[in-house]
Formats: sequence, structure tokens, C-alpha cells
Amino acid sequence: MKHLFAPAMAIARKDLYAEWKTKQTITTMLIFSGLVIVTFSFAFDPSNQAVSALVPGMIWVITIFSGILGLNRSFTQEKQNDHLHGLMVAPVDPSAIYLGKCLANLIFVLLVQIISVPLLFLLFDFQVISGVGLIYFVMIVFLGTFGFIAVGTLLAALATHSKSSEMLLPILLFPLVTPVVIAAVQATRIVLVDQEGVSAALSWMQLMAAYDVIFFVVGFLLFEHVLEV
Amino acid sequence: MIETIGITKTIGEKMILRGVNLRINQGESVAILGTNGAGKSTWLKIVAGLLKQSNGDVLLDGVPRKKDDYSQQQRLGYLGHQSFLYEAFSPVENLQFFAKLYQLKSPDKRIHQLIDDVGLSFFKHEPIRSFSRGMIQRLAIARAILHEPDVLLLDEPHTGLDQQAVSLFNRLLLDLKAEGVTIIMVTHDFPQINAICDRAVILRKGKIAEDECIRGRPVSWIHSLYEGEALSS
Amino acid sequence: MTNEQSELTGIVPSKLHKVLLAIAVPMTLVAMYLVFIWTPIERMMGPVQKIFYFHVASAWNAFFAFFIVFVFSLLYLFTKKRSYDLIAGVSGEIGVIFTAIVLTTGPIWARSAWNTWWTWEPRLTTTLILLFMYIAYIMIRNLDMEWQKRARLAAVFGIIGFANVPIVYMSIRWWESNLHPVVMSEGESAGGGLEPSMLFTLIFSVFTLMLIYFILLQKGLYVEKLKLQVKKMKAKEQEKMIS
Repeated sequence: MKHLFAPAMAIARKDLYAEWKTKQTITTMLIFSGLVIVTFSFAFDPSNQAVSALVPGMIWVITIFSGILGLNRSFTQEKQNDHLHGLMVAPVDPSAIYLGKCLANLIFVLLVQIISVPLLFLLFDFQVISGVGLIYFVMIVFLGTFGFIAVGTLLAALATHSKSSEMLLPILLFPLVTPVVIAAVQATRIVLVDQEGVSAALSWMQLMAAYDVIFFVVGFLLFEHVLEV
Repeated sequence: MIETIGITKTIGEKMILRGVNLRINQGESVAILGTNGAGKSTWLKIVAGLLKQSNGDVLLDGVPRKKDDYSQQQRLGYLGHQSFLYEAFSPVENLQFFAKLYQLKSPDKRIHQLIDDVGLSFFKHEPIRSFSRGMIQRLAIARAILHEPDVLLLDEPHTGLDQQAVSLFNRLLLDLKAEGVTIIMVTHDFPQINAICDRAVILRKGKIAEDECIRGRPVSWIHSLYEGEALSS
Repeated sequence: MTNEQSELTGIVPSKLHKVLLAIAVPMTLVAMYLVFIWTPIERMMGPVQKIFYFHVASAWNAFFAFFIVFVFSLLYLFTKKRSYDLIAGVSGEIGVIFTAIVLTTGPIWARSAWNTWWTWEPRLTTTLILLFMYIAYIMIRNLDMEWQKRARLAAVFGIIGFANVPIVYMSIRWWESNLHPVVMSEGESAGGGLEPSMLFTLIFSVFTLMLIYFILLQKGLYVEKLKLQVKKMKAKEQEKMIS
């Protein structure tokens, strides 16, 4: 345990601090999600009332596309000076690297969502929910993003072994995250648009929670096999 | 101290190491020599724990290396081809991060001391992005010895250093040697071997071909040892 | 070295392979007879229904192939034996072929049965995602690096991929039933409303295809091992030329 949490925290803090200094990843992710929103406005006429039904899907398209950018960076930046070797020769559990990276990536994506989702609501003139619905919404976003990051971090580490990891990662990742995408979009739609079948939203959230737990544990256990040189 | 028994390693179809039996005692400084592809770096990486051997054992003080025995890892310092340092960070920040990984208690004093030792006092808070190869290598050695390891594993540490940097680097290594740190160095640089090492091990085609004491021998002698082996087969 | 060589001996097709092949030929012919002549033509759908025997049998064997990938990926991670990695790889490739058969026969059937080429029906959608997943698996297997590392990465993906299958199926099924709770997929379910002769034919064709799967697996392994042998001989010759 001693070689798990403390190094994981150190790695996560290192990533966040490096990001604070360069601001490269977050900026890119934000600009990219802004561009996706603009593209949506061309694809679906924002003045049309029916378009509000598409907003839940848009939230997750933004999350996944900008998330992929962050995930790609997460491990390719560690390859520049063989940083991963530096982490591996240290007395650090390989799973600590997974844990730390997951945490950092999760924070990046959540930060992007905090800015881009309200922007989406604003630009598409979406009726903002309040009260209990908002709490549900936040929980759904968190659960969905966590599942996406748990799988994404493992696969990003896997893909970095390839010379063209940026191309490989989406192909590996998208089929695997389908359950969480379906569940997240459905639950978000129920909470934001229908506002009636809260129980259905709850069962979707249970599905996401189960997915999160399974893939977090699997990633935690398998990470050392992905890491070795 | 460190012992490898019958280490073999196959990468792809190629057998890189074919049974390396080597015993290195506390306080020795050993140079590992050999042509490209002889398996020097691979052997060093296995000892460092970066690679897993296909067969054989690595013993540290008679205890076999285990995957989750982190106290063994704590006793090794490894300096690879790359520096492992983060370009956006200053020397102090880099060392602070590694101090956290090694879970050192109150590392600040040691960090500043080390940075002074390697002669980077004026650049303490500059991002290392703009550093020259020599400065980075100095900081890299500081990183490798930050946690006061008993064994220092160096993979071609002199490549790309100018004369001044080499002499500073050698002085550092000799200081460590005087403190009783075991130094194992993979290299091609014969004058530096002469300056630092007591013993030379020559690997050929994944096996130990020569294992000689080189203390007091001239550079040319080491050269002929190395060349002679290369010619004889 | 000796270890690996012993693993790769027996490069000629084994006796078992020949026996299996000898059984497979008549079995396939019998299956054809059962499918096209013996079973009655379904009243509602007509002759198109015959495709269902191939469709379902391929689907079952695709799942079986991916299950084998999962098992041998786990085995590889624990033992690091090359033959396990080869089995997983070959099985993955065969699985993709079976999945492709499912995804081509499915729409042909759907066109005449439901008057549409494609529906986002849980089983079809899951199969589509399976196809993407195992194409990704094959892409990992084609990465340019030493085999030990590639095998390790592929094994990790083979494991998480298979663990994902039930979750994908469940979520899609749920999604589908929430959208439009129509039970048009029920007509396809095995057993249920099937006449005994049809059920027998279905089971028979499942086993025939499974036999073909094993033959293909053996053949694939044989080809892979030959490739390795050639590579080794080439390396030996090159070494001779250099020194």
C-alpha cells in the first residue's frame, strides 16, 4: 500500500503541475470542444426546438473526442525522455502509475466539461435544469467520464507502444466504451429532457457504476503487463 | 552483493543473453564492455528491473529479485540513455518529484546539496528545457543518486559530454566510489573506464568472454583485451 | 533455445488434423442436405429462412472463437508460452471471419423478414461492435515490435475485450427496449418456436461449423509455425553471411 497511493498522488500532482505550467493539453482540449460545438451548430439548426433532444448526445461526443486528445498526450509525453522507465525503476507499484494517470486524466476531462457543457447549453439555448435534476446530472457526468477514463488510460498506455499511437487509440477505445456511452447518453437524456423516468436513469447509473468498477479493477490488475519494456 | 545466475533473455527471435553468470561485490566498480548488440544494456536493464529475464535469477545480497519487493528497488540507482527528467520542470522540481516517488523524508536539504554538487546552483529554478546535454546529464546523475542507492547502474553515461563535463562527472563517481557505492557501468569509453573502474567484464554474443581486474593497467591494455577478444573468434 | 525448438517441432500437419478433415467433409455435406432438402420450408418466410442455419451457427462459433481468445490470452499472461499466443491470435482471426459471415447473412435475412437491411437490434449491434473490437485486436497483433511485447499487449486487449461483451449486450438490449419495446427480434431466437427437425438441423450445423473452426485453427497454427521456422532459418543464414 505504501508503494501505491503516495506515488500515485505524486504522479497525478506532477501531471497537473506540468499542465499548470504549460497549459497545452487543456487549452487544446477546450478549443477542440469549442470547434465541435460550432460544427454541431452547422449540422443541426440551433433555432429549431427539436434540437434540444440532441443536446445530451452532444455532451458525450464533446467529452469523448476531447478526452481522446488528453489521453493521447498522457502517455506520449512520458515517452520523450523515457520517463516511464524512470517511474518503473523507482520503488513504485505499476498500478500506482495507472492510478495516478487515471486521476490526472479524470481531472483534465472534468475541467474541460465544466467549461464546455455550460457553453453548449448557452449556445444551443438549452433550458437549464435545477435542484435534484442537477445533482443527478453531475453524478451521471462523473460516472460516465470515470468509466471512459478508466478504460482509456489503460488503452492509452497500450497504444503508446505503437509508433502511430494517436491513430490506434480511438480504434481500440471506441468499441470498448460503447456500454458507457449508451448508458451515459440515455441517463443524460432522461434527466435533461424527459425528467420523468428518474428510476430508469437510476438503473442506467447502476450500469455505469458496474462498468466503472469492473474496468477500473481490470485496468488496475493488467496495467503492469502493458507497461513492461 | 549483486549476482546474476544463468540469465538468458530472448527478444523477438534473437537470443540476446545466453546465460550470464556474474558476481559483483560491495564497493566494486565494474565496467561492462562489448560490441553493439552484445547484450550489455539488456543485462543492465534486467538488473535494474526494467526488463524481465527469460530464465535465471538476479540476486541482491543473496535474495532473489521479486516483483513486488520494493525495498530492493530502493537500493538501486539507474541512469539510462535518457535522463528521465521532465522538461517543463526546474532541477529542484524534478528532484522533488523523484524524492516523492522514492518517499524520502524531508528531501529538500539533500536536493539543494546535490544540485550544488553537480554545479547547477545558478540554474536551480530554470526549466531544464534550455539545458545543454552536459547539464542534463549532471542533473540526471543527481536524480539517480538522490535516494542514496547502494548500487549505481549507468548505461553509457559519458556519451555526448564535453571534456569539462566528463571530468566533473568522473569526480562525482569517484566520490561515490569512495563512499562505498557499487558502480556498474556499461560503456564504450576506454579512458573513462581507466579512470573509474577496477574490473572489466567483456560480453560477447550474450556471454561473458573476459572478466579481468584492470586496476593500474594502461588504456591500451584494456583496448587489446577488448580487441583481442574481438579478433580471436 | 531447446525449449522453443521443442515447441515448434511437428511442423507437418498432425494426424489429428487429417482425421478431423476426413470427418468434416462428409459432415458438411450432410449439413447441406439437412439444411436444403431435409428440413421443411418455413411457412412465413419461405426459403430465405434457410440462411438462418448458417447465420446462427456462425454467431455461436464466433463467440466461441472469442472465448478461446480470452482463455488463451489469460494463459499467455501467466505462462508466457508462445504457442498460447499463436492460438489466441489465430482464433481471433477466425472469429472475425465468422462475425463477418453473421453480419452479411443477418441483413440478407432481415431484408426479407423485416423488410429492412439493418435494425439496431441488440444481437446485431453487439456483433457489429464485436467485429470492430476484434479488428482492433488484429491491429494490435500487427504492430511492428518483438513478439513477446506484442503478445502481451494483445493478451491484455483480448481479456478486456471479452469482459466487455456481456456488458455491451446488456446495455444495447436495455437501450433498445427503452426506445421501442417491440419484440420483433423474438422470431430469431433459437429453440422456442422451432420445429424439431429444424432444431436438429440447427444444432447439427453448429457442430459442423465448430469442427471447421478447429480445422481452421489447426491450419492457422500450422501456417504461423511455418512462418516462424522460415524466419528462423533466414536469421541463421544472415548470421552466417555476416560472420
